[in-house]
Amino acid sequence: MEPRSKSFYVLSVFFALFVLFLYGPTVTIGILSFQGPQGGLTFPMNGVSTYWFQDLFREQAVGDIWGAFRRSFGLGLMVMVTTVVVSVMSGLAFRKRFAGSGVLFYLAITSLVIPSILISLGVGLIFNQLGLRVHWATSGFGAQLTWTLPFGLLIMFAVFNRFDKSFEEAARDQGATAWQTLAHVVLPIIAPSLIGVALFGFTLSYDEFARTLLTAGSYNTLPLEIFGMTTNVTTPVIYALGTLTTVFSFLVIGVFLLTVWIMGKRRQRFGSDAGKGV
Amino acid sequence: MTRSVIGWVQAAPLALVLAGFLVAPIVMIVIVSFWGATEFSIYPAFQFDNYAFLFGSEVVWRVIGATFKYAAITWALTLVIGFTVAYYLAFHIRSQTVQIALFLVCTIPFWTSNIIRMISWIPFLGRNGIANSALIDWGVIDAPLEWLLYSDFSVILAFVHLYTLFMVVPIFNTMMRIDRSLIEAARDGGASGLQILRHVIIPLTKPGIMIGTIFVVTLVMGDFVTVRFMSGSQRANVGRLISNDIGLLQYPSAAATAVVLLATVLIVIGILLRFVNIRKEL
Repeated sequence: MEPRSKSFYVLSVFFALFVLFLYGPTVTIGILSFQGPQGGLTFPMNGVSTYWFQDLFREQAVGDIWGAFRRSFGLGLMVMVTTVVVSVMSGLAFRKRFAGSGVLFYLAITSLVIPSILISLGVGLIFNQLGLRVHWATSGFGAQLTWTLPFGLLIMFAVFNRFDKSFEEAARDQGATAWQTLAHVVLPIIAPSLIGVALFGFTLSYDEFARTLLTAGSYNTLPLEIFGMTTNVTTPVIYALGTLTTVFSFLVIGVFLLTVWIMGKRRQRFGSDAGKGV
Repeated sequence: MTRSVIGWVQAAPLALVLAGFLVAPIVMIVIVSFWGATEFSIYPAFQFDNYAFLFGSEVVWRVIGATFKYAAITWALTLVIGFTVAYYLAFHIRSQTVQIALFLVCTIPFWTSNIIRMISWIPFLGRNGIANSALIDWGVIDAPLEWLLYSDFSVILAFVHLYTLFMVVPIFNTMMRIDRSLIEAARDGGASGLQILRHVIIPLTKPGIMIGTIFVVTLVMGDFVTVRFMSGSQRANVGRLISNDIGLLQYPSAAATAVVLLATVLIVIGILLRFVNIRKEL
């Protein structure tokens, strides 16, 4: 191996600073959320305590954050499952040309780049004019899908661009039906990527703010609740909440990544189980 | 024939969601943008008042200018930072495991809450925040800097913080697909490191740069939360005009502004898409 050039060290420092820039603020509020009861929004630390975390559990101190958390969690799961199923289906559809595929593709791209507030406003207006009540599980759910589905679709494009079609041909030559080929060959091979799609679906929904703003109705999701707090809460309790939800996000990401990793290990050990179930 | 039917069935759920929650809302916004509004309600009409007011207002033009300014500055910064980070990961990290690990380190913040990531700048930038205390301790400044928080500076800082990822990922993706023998060939041909970067790597990375650009530009142009929060409501962009109108229940006016914003964004994207074929680059 050739020795490292000078630029490697310069770039390493740059990269380290970038990581510090990414995580520094998050770590800072993590530390500050352990402020003492008299502590303020910035350093110095006024003692160390878990006072602000306990504050989160006192009903009056903050709004209905646990209700908001439950709603966000439920909505995240709904969006996750829908995103995986719909992305796989449309990913499969796009492998062949069909009338209207071009239009649908550009619609998906539009969905990705359209300013979120337009979705929020438009969906809100439609529900309003139809006399329907906006609710996080109906209008909010649909509005969030316009953000997660294009991501899922793009991931499926990336997956199928790299997919070796000879596996399918082999299955077909052995007499597998189209359905058997899908269930026992294609899906097992792309399974790790589907975990990735699920991760996008859940986390993007769980953190979504702009598209839910006018579509969630009277029951807030967690990001809406947190944003509401920024205007009237001036104590470190907001840091404590931020720290908790970030830790929760890290746990979710960890579970997903661990699943992908374990799948990869199992595959190395046993080989793919594709084709075993006839 | 049957093949096409299967394709439609598979694509139907996506098409339905996009029809109901993308196309219909856009149509609705366009319709409502011609409506009228009283203080308490909106009524169907076909009038151009909302647009006339929009384009007649000097404030609106200034706000549109500010929107482009935020987009341009954020784009330049995220491009330089994102390219450098992606270049380091793609060409200077030799072990694949380390590469994946560092790439994940860069992407994980994307899966956490943007609002909390904005809030977390407050202890840094505030009047008595870490930045000011440190600068005073070091003797760089005598009095706290007032422009660190609630200014254009903090807005752009937050944009860069939130969206650099959208540059890193596509650029890294394209760089990983560059055939390494091209770089060896350039080196054998006597090219210096800088020449390789300029004449081989950058041209081949252009599609990734374009995709990153599309993401960053549209996210910044459509934003309204970051500008509101990081400027303490002291700065405005087009997104904030819309959200202010919504707050005042002036939906027709909000819709007209939204139409202008959408048209602007789509024109920008249309121009950018001429340079790249997204489906091929994934």
